[in-house]
Order: sequence, then C-alpha cells, then structure tokens
Amino acid sequence: MKTTYREAMRAALRDAMQRDERVFLMGEDVGRYGGSFAVSLGLLEEFGPERIRDTPLSESGFVGAGIGAALGGMRPVVEIMTVNFSLLALDQIINNAATLLHMSGGQFNVPIVIRMTTGAGRQLGAQHSHSLEGWYAHIPGLRILAPATLADARGMLWTALQDPDPVLIFEHGSLYNVAGELDEDAGAVGIDKAALLRQADGSADTVTLITYGGTLPLVLEAADQLAGEGIGTDVVDLRTLRPLDTHTLLDSVARTHRAVVVDEGWRSGSISAEIAARISEQAFFDLDAPVERVCSEEVPVPYAKHLEQAALPSVERVMAAARRAVGAGG
Amino acid sequence: MTTLRNQGVPDAGHAMHLLRQMLRVRRLEEKCIELYSAAKIRGFLHVYIGEEAVAAGVMETLAPEDAVVATYREHGHALLRGVSAGAILAEMYGHAEGCCRGRGGSMHLFDAATRFYGGNAIVAGGLPLAVGLALADRMAGRQQVTVCFFGEGAVAEGEFHESMNLAALWQLPVLFCCENNLYAMGTALGRSESQTDIALKAAAYEIPAWAVDGMDVLAVEEAARRAVDAVRSGGGPHFLELRTYRFRAHSMFDPELYREKSEVAQWMERDPISLLQGAMQAAGQLPDDEWADLQADVDAEISTAVGFAENGTPEPVSELARFVYSDRADDGSDGGTAGSGEGSRKGGAAG
Repeated sequence: MKTTYREAMRAALRDAMQRDERVFLMGEDVGRYGGSFAVSLGLLEEFGPERIRDTPLSESGFVGAGIGAALGGMRPVVEIMTVNFSLLALDQIINNAATLLHMSGGQFNVPIVIRMTTGAGRQLGAQHSHSLEGWYAHIPGLRILAPATLADARGMLWTALQDPDPVLIFEHGSLYNVAGELDEDAGAVGIDKAALLRQADGSADTVTLITYGGTLPLVLEAADQLAGEGIGTDVVDLRTLRPLDTHTLLDSVARTHRAVVVDEGWRSGSISAEIAARISEQAFFDLDAPVERVCSEEVPVPYAKHLEQAALPSVERVMAAARRAVGAGG
Repeated sequence: MTTLRNQGVPDAGHAMHLLRQMLRVRRLEEKCIELYSAAKIRGFLHVYIGEEAVAAGVMETLAPEDAVVATYREHGHALLRGVSAGAILAEMYGHAEGCCRGRGGSMHLFDAATRFYGGNAIVAGGLPLAVGLALADRMAGRQQVTVCFFGEGAVAEGEFHESMNLAALWQLPVLFCCENNLYAMGTALGRSESQTDIALKAAAYEIPAWAVDGMDVLAVEEAARRAVDAVRSGGGPHFLELRTYRFRAHSMFDPELYREKSEVAQWMERDPISLLQGAMQAAGQLPDDEWADLQADVDAEISTAVGFAENGTPEPVSELARFVYSDRADDGSDGGTAGSGEGSRKGGAAG
C-alpha cells in the first residue's frame, strides 16, 4: 500500500496503543494540535486525553514523568518536538533514564521510548535544525534508533517498547513526507542490526557508503549516480546508533575495501568519528583507502537556503568522497 | 518552641517506636562517620543527623505499596523504609551484598522490594520521577501514594516548578516533602531565594501546603498522615515544608565556613531525639531501663550490620558491564572493540 513516513509512524503508535494498554503518548501538542509534525493527528479522538496526553512546555518535567511512569509499570512514549528542545531534558535522560538500572544494581528498568525530530533542511535556523543523536549515542544505558525507511518508521516503535531499557528514536524532519510502498501487514522490525540496502555489483571499483536517518535518501541517490560512473556501492543503513552493529559494516568494508561515512552531525566528535575509528581499529588491513567522511559544516545551521544547503551533506559531496576513496585506492 | 507537639506524647508504645526509628538512623550514621574516618567507606557521605524526625514521621504514614523518592542524604529514608542497615552499609563498602551491588554508594541507595527509588544526587532530579510514579498509579487505578523528599535547595531548580505544575495540573497522588534545613550545601536560603516561604511557592501551584516543625516527630507524623490520607483519597498532590536542621556539615569535606557554631548549638537544643525522649520521660513513659534496653538494641542492630558489611564480598570486576542494559539473549551486535564493555548484554564480562 502507498503510505508516508508520517503515516507509518502514526500506524505504529496506533498499533502500540491497541496492543498494550500500558502504552500512552505524552508530549507537547501531541493531542489537540495533532502533533507538531502531525504524527499523532486523530489519535486523541481515538484514545482519549489520558493516553494522548498534552503536556506543558516543560521538557525536563514531562520526560522525567515519563521515566517515573516507566518505573511505575507503564510503557510511555514521550515525544519531544525537536532534538534541540531535548537539551532541556538532558538531566532526566542522562542522569536518570540511562543510569537507574546500573545504579540500582539491576533492580529498576526504565522501559521508556522517547521520540524526537532531528536534522536540518527546512530553513528553521539553528535552534530547530541540529543533529545531536550522535551525542546521545555516547551514553551507555541508552539505545539510539534512527529510522530512515518506511518499514522502520512503521516497525521500530513496537520493538522499542518491548525493550526493557530506555530507547530514543530520532525522526529526521525531512522524512515525514517521504512516500512509498509498504506491505499492508508491515509490523515490528528488529532493532539490533544495520541493514545492507544495496550491494556492489562486482564492478572494478567498490565503496561502502555508511549512513542513517535523514541522509539515507541522498546516499541512495548518490549510489545510483556512482553506478553510472562504474563505481559499485554497498549502502549500509546503520538504523541503530547505539549499540552499533559493527559486524555489518566490517563485512561490507571487507568486500569493498573503502568506506565513506555520511552523517548530518558535525564532524568533530560525531558518530561518524566513532565509525571511522572502529573501521580503522578493526578493519585497517582491509582498507585500500582512508575512510572518508561527509558531515555538516561546523557552523550552527543557518537560515538562508543557500547557506543551509551549503552546510549540509549533499549528493555531490557524497559522490566526490566516493570518487576520492576509489581514486586513492587505485 | 522547645516542646513536642502541644498535647504531649499520646501513646507510650507508639512513641517508643518513633524514638527507636530515629535512634536507628542516628546510630547508623554515627557509625558511617566512624567508618568513613577509618577509610572503610569512601565517596561523598552526607549525613542526616538532626533531621531524623522528618523521615521517621513521614515513613510511619506509608503503606508497603507506596513509593518513596529521596535525595543523596537518604540513609535514613532507606533504613526507615525497610532497607536493612546491613544492605546500606554493604553498599557503602562497595560490596555485592549492598542494596545496589556496589554501584550506587551512599548517594544512590535503591530497593525494589520496598519501592524505594533512591538515592538521587541531582538536586530536584527526583521530583519529575515522583510525578511519573504517581501518574502510573493514577493511570493504573491504584490507590497508592508517592512520597518525594527533597531539600529546600531544589526549589531553585526548574524541575521543581515543572513538577509542581504537572502534579497539580493532573491532580496526581504525590506528597512532596521539602526538607528545609536552611542550607543548600553552604548557601543559606535567603541568599538563593527571593521568596523564602517555600510552602507559599507550592500554594502558588494550587497545591495544599503546610509548614511543619521538622524537629517534632509527632508534628511531622500528624501532618504527613493528614496529607497522605488526602492524597490517597484522591485529593491530588500535597506539600509539606518540614523545617529542620542538619547538625553536621554538608558532607565529610565541608569545613562549615558559612554558619556560626552558635546557630548549630541553638538548633541542637531541639534535637528531635532528645525532644521526644524528654517528653516521654516527663510523662513517665520511658523508664531508665527501657531507654537503656532501646539503646542496646539499636547498638546491636548497627553492630551486626557493620559485621555484615565488613564480611561482604567485593562485587567482582567481571560483573562490571552488567546492568548497563538489561540481561537478555545476545543480539548479535558487538558494540565495539573488545574490552569496551558496551553491548555486552548477556551480563558477562566485558569483551
């Protein structure tokens, strides 16, 4: 059936609410407004205000309340409008959600799911546009998901809710309108493995393109164009930023001998840095070229369209990096 | 204001119980200081000496299925909620027998069996958790109460205000207990708050709030019972400001440059244990031999607990990576380089 990323997310929420009465959605404008990105539109009418719970603008308060509700046996899904706003809830996410299981010696699980948008590209300026999921992936105790496909938008939520530990889901704002085909009976998907979405066809020069979330569409486009130039690509969608499925990455790099990491986060201290480090630690002798990275320019994301676009990873920059990798590899 | 609640001591048996509870906390912490000085326990150690009437009075009003959230000055809350002195001390020793298997320490005591949710070292960080625990009870239709202890320093944090607003907005079954000991570490209340009447702040959120003499265990118990009953019967959140004082420094590292010794001495005249003890003696409810027996009992409990902790076993380093994620079947992800520990989800050794 034809659907969109937004509708797939909504279907996942509806499904989770129907399956388990402990599940509820809480966040700013999730109810009467219908969700700031219209993900929860109509769910208030279907499930009522107890389970589609509008909150005041108090990220730390309602994220903490979600953590408390999880401790109390519920299965809260907490929506934060954007990753920038989640910084107001960092204390609760990092000092409580991520630590309580460990500090309590295994006594207290925090089965909360926290959803938020991330990323740039819509001319919203610096305070609505950053990609900080890599920061969260730094934190032990959290599981970090970045659904990039319709199947993952539909399928990751229920699996996340089954996880006894806190899960953060990052939804790139540019993906909500992506439309495509999804099986009528599409449901839960695993959240442990990266996905090899495209495999090099054995042409002379090959390279692994590694990405996640909002940059996947442009990486796939770059892969198509590179094929026209005789460069074969593996495309790995990380799907989960923590814990990282390095097996899938390393298997691919062992075949292609080159890697380009595409990450909308800033280069310094990013998840792309972690991935490049792991490849060099674990697959150094498989490499025919240095690992390339395509990241955002190290500036707060600007408003003006031409400046914003210049700051972000693009098809052209991905292609250039792939060509460099191949050229450097001989 | 040196007497215990106006009408004196009502019931000898109950008064004796409260006296015992306060004395247990006092002796446990005196022992903690001793063990700290002997370098048996480390980290930060914040004792509650002087504030025992608060935990003793409030805990008395709770049912086993209620939930308690506390701060980093929580040994007394844990003990009076039912965590054994042995498990508390073993935790400070970093032993496997500790209530958190050595991962929490003095500031992070937790106990699932008694629904004791810490042990939070981020000031005000426990308040949203308490709101959420109460929300879960409300949504599940359980007649339970969540009690949240926090210091007056927490009222300067945004999380305090966010939590008051949410609890009142949603009429959640939570009792906020502000332990106002007048100092946020070394900063006096008047140096950090434009409005020092804390009960008034709660009242601004339409939460019924009272200020209570926190040195008078009977007054604390009476106020807490009234509040807990109201919360349990659907009256929404309630708030107690318990006016108390810590006789010791903020922590073992605090040279106490910020307050006069005379001020401390003045408050020590209202030592909650001495107050109750004196009132009971005046009422003929505490014969010398019973007082001696009580002290001997408590000393024996603490002594046994020290032995338990002392003879405990260090949590093995091979268990280091446990409890970062829940134990479950291997998910196939290696989580990184050997030895990083991340992704070790089977509960075994890192790598």
